[in-house]
Amino acid sequence: MAVEDISRAVLAFNLAGVTELVQKEIDAGTDIDTILNEALIGAMDEVGKRFSDGELYVPEMLMAAQTMKAGLALLKPHLTGDSARAKGTVVIGTVKGDLHDIGKNLVAMMLEGAGFNVVDLGVDVAAETFVQAAGDNGAGVVALSALLTTTMPAMEGTIKALQEAGLTVKIMVGGAPVTSGFADRIGAQGFSADAPGAVELARKLMAAQGGSS
Amino acid sequence: MIVIGELINASRKDIGRAIEGRDAAAIQQVAKDQADAGADYIDVNAGIFVDREPEHVRWLVETVQAVTNIPCAIDSPDPAAIEAGLAVHKGTAMINSISLERERCENLLPLVADTDLKVIALCMSDEGMPETVDDRLKIADALVERLTGSMVKVENIYVDPLVQPMSVNNGFGMEFLNAVEAIMERFPGIHTACGLSNISYGLPSRKFLNQTFMAMAVAKGLDGAIVDPLDRKMMANIVAAEALAGRDDFCMNFLKAFRSGLFAF
Repeated sequence: MAVEDISRAVLAFNLAGVTELVQKEIDAGTDIDTILNEALIGAMDEVGKRFSDGELYVPEMLMAAQTMKAGLALLKPHLTGDSARAKGTVVIGTVKGDLHDIGKNLVAMMLEGAGFNVVDLGVDVAAETFVQAAGDNGAGVVALSALLTTTMPAMEGTIKALQEAGLTVKIMVGGAPVTSGFADRIGAQGFSADAPGAVELARKLMAAQGGSS
Repeated sequence: MIVIGELINASRKDIGRAIEGRDAAAIQQVAKDQADAGADYIDVNAGIFVDREPEHVRWLVETVQAVTNIPCAIDSPDPAAIEAGLAVHKGTAMINSISLERERCENLLPLVADTDLKVIALCMSDEGMPETVDDRLKIADALVERLTGSMVKVENIYVDPLVQPMSVNNGFGMEFLNAVEAIMERFPGIHTACGLSNISYGLPSRKFLNQTFMAMAVAKGLDGAIVDPLDRKMMANIVAAEALAGRDDFCMNFLKAFRSGLFAF
């Protein structure tokens, strides 16, 4: 089946192949959501699984995401507003005082690969910036990253600020020194140790939110 | 090569437990093993204990120096923790590390000003992580200027150009290596030092990559390394690379290491 061919091409990091096959499906009138969910996002889920199992490595995950995005770009003009927003918005950033972006970028990339609308605020992001962006974008989930023991307290401050602002977003945290115990303690709704885990977690939290708020 | 033994770091589970439980024997064993393997400094880090870092650092310095006669590298951005460690430290300690981040720089500069302490100067600023040679040189320039302006001798400065993982950008290896070369040329008498395991983040066979990268960095002039001295292949690599780079007169260190069995894997 052609949809499976697209998946296989993503898993083979075959950018030209994905572009060609996606275009062919669009021209053939295949349902856009089917191409998006079953072919592209399905393939990225498999990439995530293989990464978590230690079969694939970071550069391969990046390559797969780039390949998937090339297909996604072709679908974009055909996506209705609803299907583009259906999976919800995640606001992501590294907390104040922390300049590390690599882990955060990997998570953001995999979230995009899962079809979420991702608003990446970058690094060294103040609590009030998270609050503002979460409100402005109607985020269902806010994802906080910290790579330093010294900046982990800023996560707690950011969560407080989000709560005090009266936002009903779900909050997930991650980064090398962060543990699920710490996540619980500071009132986060979830913790993930790697990027594919963050995707699953975001889906769960978003479902609890009933899509985007 | 100045070898800074990295193993006494509280983010390693065994070490974190030993610190919390005041298990001096466990810490001392790791300290002795590293000194015996050729470490010039023993890094001590209690960073996961945010509230109790100063007392833990102090205890670590005392505990380590009770069984080794080499100095410590006090690994913290917190001036209170560094002061607590320095208060009991014998000999000339190394501070790991100052950076150009405003708060960290303002906190640590007074501690090293006008002293003979060694200091690692990490190429990081409030503007983010450096990616290119130029990014790194700009930060190194400013750091060296501030340090020497505070009467720190250039030969006591170890610039860490900051290794970034090649798994996300395959140019990151050479940008780092060329920065080492540029820094060593720009400031005569200065040193460069780094922890280089970040280069292999996200990839398999990390030890092998780290060892290879070390040899390449030595060729560019790297003369300080934050490593696991118990990694015999890494230590052998350093000795061999320094000889190959022409920094081992008459290959004396290489031959000594050979006779002590370092190359018998």
